[in-house]
Amino acid sequence: MRTLHREKTPEAREYDELVQRVSPRSSAGSTALALVKAFGVGGLICCVGQAIHDLGAGPLGLDDKAVSAFTSTALIFLSALLTGLGLYDRIGKFAGAGSIVPITGFANSVVSPAMEFKREGYVLGVGAKMFVVAGPVLVYGITASVLYGVIYYVIRLVQGG
Amino acid sequence: MMYAKVFLVGGLICAAGQLLLLYTNLTSARILVAFVTAGVVLTALGLYEPLVEWAGAGATVPLTGFGYSLATGAREAVEESGLLGALTGGVTATAAGIAAAIVFGYLASVLFTPHTKR
Repeated sequence: MRTLHREKTPEAREYDELVQRVSPRSSAGSTALALVKAFGVGGLICCVGQAIHDLGAGPLGLDDKAVSAFTSTALIFLSALLTGLGLYDRIGKFAGAGSIVPITGFANSVVSPAMEFKREGYVLGVGAKMFVVAGPVLVYGITASVLYGVIYYVIRLVQGG
Repeated sequence: MMYAKVFLVGGLICAAGQLLLLYTNLTSARILVAFVTAGVVLTALGLYEPLVEWAGAGATVPLTGFGYSLATGAREAVEESGLLGALTGGVTATAAGIAAAIVFGYLASVLFTPHTKR
């Protein structure tokens, strides 16, 4: 006797798979596990950042500003390399937000579409699509910082600073 | 001891992002935008700096830390050069990161071919 599953048309099976993929996994256990994974991997990436920071501040003797530039540059380089090798996406499948929220996730959001859209050319493919996520981040981040700068300027004026 | 604080704070910020992924319809792009903006606002309110002092990279590596760099850059530039600093400060402070992401992203796209998604 054939099982019910076998009698389903390929389309029906595809649909079932889609429903499974799209439906939110709502059990308390899987939610807790996703949070622990994000916490663990995110925490580890930050520890790598701290190690790079300590390397810059200690043995390399960089000053405060140079150390922070050195740290983000190194993390972004590592993320670009891992993304290029296809490893960052694997970390991402495991860690969720743990790999999205750190600056390495920002770098991944630049590198990944840049590679993906190479087939559309180096100008409108790589050049344009690398900002699909980074663009909005820069627009809102920079705009917020300019607003803050203007408000800070006005407060200083009012206080006679 | 320092690394325990880094792990704790960095992990918690990422777990907050995971909560947004699980319980809202926000895509990862929107979460990144929310975190960088939150970083600027929290820094403006004076709430983020103590966290950076306490947890180092645990607070600076998440994207809220990018917002923190933007905001402190804008503030310091206003102190140095007035209103024009509001425009130049944020980007100047984060220039290394932005340029690194662009250049390494470009190089990666030249050197690597994307891995086909199954």
